[in-house]
Amino acid sequence: MTTFTLDDIRRIMGGCAGVPESVDLAGDIGDLTFAELGYDSLAVLEMAARIQQRMGVRIPDDAIDEMKTPQAAVDYVNRRLAA
Amino acid sequence: MTERTADTPRPVVTGLGVTAPNGLGTQAYWSATLDGKSGLGPITRFDGERYPVRVAGEVTEFDDTEHVPSRLAVQTDHWTHLGLTAAGMALADAGIDPADLPEYRMAVVTAGSSGGTEFGQREIEKLWSQGPQYVGVYQSIAWFYAATTGQISIRYGMRGPCGVICAEQAGGLDAVAQARRLLRQDASMVVTGGTDASLCPYGLVAQMSTGLLSTRDDPERAYLPFDGDACGYVPGEGGAMLIVEGEDTARARGARPYGAIAGYGATFDPRPDHGREPRSNLRRAITLALEEAAVPPDQVDVVFADALGVPAADLAEARAISSVFGPHGVPVTAPKTMTGRLYAGGAALDLASALLSIRDGVIPPTVGTRAAAPAYELDLVRGTARDGPVRKALVLARGHGGFNAALLVTDL
Repeated sequence: MTTFTLDDIRRIMGGCAGVPESVDLAGDIGDLTFAELGYDSLAVLEMAARIQQRMGVRIPDDAIDEMKTPQAAVDYVNRRLAA
Repeated sequence: MTERTADTPRPVVTGLGVTAPNGLGTQAYWSATLDGKSGLGPITRFDGERYPVRVAGEVTEFDDTEHVPSRLAVQTDHWTHLGLTAAGMALADAGIDPADLPEYRMAVVTAGSSGGTEFGQREIEKLWSQGPQYVGVYQSIAWFYAATTGQISIRYGMRGPCGVICAEQAGGLDAVAQARRLLRQDASMVVTGGTDASLCPYGLVAQMSTGLLSTRDDPERAYLPFDGDACGYVPGEGGAMLIVEGEDTARARGARPYGAIAGYGATFDPRPDHGREPRSNLRRAITLALEEAAVPPDQVDVVFADALGVPAADLAEARAISSVFGPHGVPVTAPKTMTGRLYAGGAALDLASALLSIRDGVIPPTVGTRAAAPAYELDLVRGTARDGPVRKALVLARGHGGFNAALLVTDL
């Protein structure tokens, strides 16, 4: 079964929303909030759009609002993939 | 907000930042310009072979990723990257750390003209080739005219009055005039000027719609304002940002201003009518600027011309100049022959050049133009720079559709 990992999200974030100056994306980012990572709401929206295209899962706007951390996004996508 | 009046300190320019096709950074630009080194060449930013306009002024040394942080770069167009870079240079030149100043008294007013066409083209291509869900969210904020102003404001925490002026190629002067108004109110410092970068297929085709661009392939013969062989103008990218403060504020912190904004005039041309020769109100913009500064024409040391490179417009400008200053009555120059016309960035760059002329006592040359056509009655500074004290310099700018602006800068 295909799974979605933190490394996948790191690649997507760096590619579509840019790499923040203050945080090392390669580091332990799973439980940091997107705000702490320097990603605003537009950046999260952009990331979600790329995840949907890459993974072929639909992420409704309400779910995007609930994704506060990279780990939360990974968990959501994996739940959808397993469903 | 209260508007101070008679006792308002005069506005002075304390910092310059330049991103130009013939030099990145004020010093590189200025030394190239005094040496007559042109930044015009074949278009390389895209495959321009299939387009009738093949020569442009590109800022070739500029690597966007080197000058703009990654998070900001993905949200913004190349034109904003050039603007952010020039603004950073101008602040450093002025010796200002925005963190030290009250955030609501720092203002930003830039000129906009093309908007983020290169960014927009990428997103439009995604739209038609892949579908709407592939269009990036940042298209919503990257393309529009105020994007550069907004990003400068956000980056430096400048929360005073911010805005953008769109007057095609005259906007660079109008923005500085607006900056001056803000200093009369509550602003203590304004980042102003403009940049533009529209050298992508979409941007170029939009520019070509005026029919005023040069289709000549030889970079040395493509843009020849005031020459009998003039054939339109060459587009370019880049521009300049300026830091404007009240003279009292600048002196109090020990800054060394380049010069003062002494007078400004803006007019609009009447709508062209069939069967009637188009009329230009550029002359009135010049006299308004001189009257406001209380400077008689014979005290002006140089005129930086708009220099469209289109014979009818060159004639109209030459008549406006000679009717105020007399035939061959004032040195006239057009260093934009080395950069191409930079739209929102063009007049701002000319203003930077005028201030550097005052600083160094030298008038940069017009290149390419072999001789001003005799009918123009202009003393055109051609080929090589001309030495001589420069205390008062007048910058002229016109925008497509009828905009005219004139701004006089003086030494202190």
